[in-house]
Amino acid sequence: MEERAHSAEHTHLQTHHHHSHTASSHHERGHHLLQVSSLSIGFRMYDPDAPYFAAEQRVSNVIEDLSISVHVGEIVAVVGASGSGKTLLADCIMGLYEPNALVTGEVWFDGQNMGADSLATVRGRAGGIALVPQSVSHLDPLMRVGKQVEGFSRRGEGSARAARRVKLFERYGLDESVGRMYPFELSGGMARRVLLCCALAGDPKLIIADEPTPGLDLDLAVKALEDFRAFADEGGGVMLITHDIELALRVADRVAVFRDGTIVEETSVESFASPDLLKHPFSKALWHALPEHDFSWAGAVEGSMQQGFGACVSAGGEKPSSVSGKEEA
Amino acid sequence: MGKFVVKHIVRLTLLLLAVSAIAFGLIAASPVDPVQANVGQAAWVSMSEAKRAQLAEYWGVNTPIWERYVNWLGAVLHGDLGTSLRYNAPVADVIAWRAGNTLALMAVAWVVSGVLGFALGVVAGVKRGGVVDKVVKAYCFVLASTPAFWLGLLFLMVFAVGLGWFPIGFSVPIGKAAADVTFAEVAHHMVLPAITLSVVGVAQIALHTREKTIDVMESDYMRFARARGLTTWQAVRRHGLRNLALPAITLQFASISEIFGGSVLVEQVFSYPGLGQAAVTAALGGDAALLCAIAVFSAALVFGGNLIANILYGVIDPRIRKGEVSR
Repeated sequence: MEERAHSAEHTHLQTHHHHSHTASSHHERGHHLLQVSSLSIGFRMYDPDAPYFAAEQRVSNVIEDLSISVHVGEIVAVVGASGSGKTLLADCIMGLYEPNALVTGEVWFDGQNMGADSLATVRGRAGGIALVPQSVSHLDPLMRVGKQVEGFSRRGEGSARAARRVKLFERYGLDESVGRMYPFELSGGMARRVLLCCALAGDPKLIIADEPTPGLDLDLAVKALEDFRAFADEGGGVMLITHDIELALRVADRVAVFRDGTIVEETSVESFASPDLLKHPFSKALWHALPEHDFSWAGAVEGSMQQGFGACVSAGGEKPSSVSGKEEA
Repeated sequence: MGKFVVKHIVRLTLLLLAVSAIAFGLIAASPVDPVQANVGQAAWVSMSEAKRAQLAEYWGVNTPIWERYVNWLGAVLHGDLGTSLRYNAPVADVIAWRAGNTLALMAVAWVVSGVLGFALGVVAGVKRGGVVDKVVKAYCFVLASTPAFWLGLLFLMVFAVGLGWFPIGFSVPIGKAAADVTFAEVAHHMVLPAITLSVVGVAQIALHTREKTIDVMESDYMRFARARGLTTWQAVRRHGLRNLALPAITLQFASISEIFGGSVLVEQVFSYPGLGQAAVTAALGGDAALLCAIAVFSAALVFGGNLIANILYGVIDPRIRKGEVSR
């Protein structure tokens, strides 16, 4: 689609356009599925550099002036180094921040401007936002998996939830017996599908997947994310949070490059075909660092980038085979 | 299963042997002279040297300690716990009567402190940093550092002497025939000692539960539960309590030893005729047979509590239960 036509579709003040689109992204009912504008999250803390008793409180921003959008029908990958605050971003979009967090900026979901209270009413609900977490540690170790996938039933909807759980298990190739297992009995592959089923049990419109394929090598991870592709194709939106740029380029429609608490560039995957299509110097450096390119840190690349991305870029080929072996189980 | 039973029986036997030997050794080493203590101060002073020597011979003062222990052990294995010097009755009878009082007292204190401590700990942990948390923490720190006997004295002064709501001691009304005592009267006499014991026990349980609750609240599965639309309290009800139950059970059964220790002091303060009071009497009177029997009894009680905790842990936690099966 052409850039100009897109702008014309916007009816809200969200005429953003610090990002570029791909064919699959469209503005249903004239707005983004999710739009985050100028989001900052800070914590009040004592100045760590000041002498002990003279330390004054100041606000330290973990996320600063961050903007990102997710359209219906697309997977947007948020790519950044581990430990750089990506999970905090996920929490914030779900309205799950700590009471002492200082949050400014706007979150729009499905055309509505959301605060912490209104986000609480859409997370986990039909047509709302669902989280797909990283690991099986997000399941209650003492509760049977089936019951957890069904989730918390309010009065009178227990049987409907059970029926939905059976359907989801069928669709994702999970045997009925898996429902009676405890989380510690799940294999890696089962756990991933169970976590996805947990999210889908709420019939969400937007999925936020926080490193959903830990320990998988690239090909298996891409395969595992086919389910997200299907979800997006059926009219949902996916925000895929990952540290793996290669994975992001293989499965996502658009890539948002996360660095130092903000999105430095939000662009279509196609832009990564050539460094000339990328605007920000960090994105360009990232492009050069990819194994199939010249593998060099072109231009002035600061040390922090190397620390952050050096490991993950090379991760694809070096994963021990035992991890992928477990996956087949 | 058979292996499990045998292993624990062997352990219990060794434990009881060790406890009885140590109790025996301690009482032999104590400066209290059992002969003097039992004859009475006045009689002892007016007694001739020859008479004293004769008494010492009669009581077996000069028999070596190991021989006394072996004699005692042999008799116990034949079911004879010996005769209490201080109560002038078979040890088995003394313990049987007093154990009833003590166990009733302990059971009430154990349940009250467990339930109350757990509830306070969970609320404080969930509302960490809030007003409720601060109040609970202050309460726990004050009480955890309060000696049980002092609190008992305070309760006696305020509620028994000052307000007159409760009797000042004993387990039944003074001067009433045992057959005429009603359940209400027994309960009435138990209130103050039980409250003293519970109030002190609550502090430990609440503080431990609070720590555990904070861990659970910060866990991935609680975060995910809230991400799926549960409110904090719904998540606590559905996932939190389940995961808190395991450590709470261990703690609760391990606290039997603390409650028993507390009951010794509390019974003394309230002149409550239980095992704790008998233990104090036995120790002060050089009553080896009674003291050893009480030591063994309480060791078995605490062992039993820990064993139950172990077994319940395996029954409740699927990771242990299923792990055992597949092994």
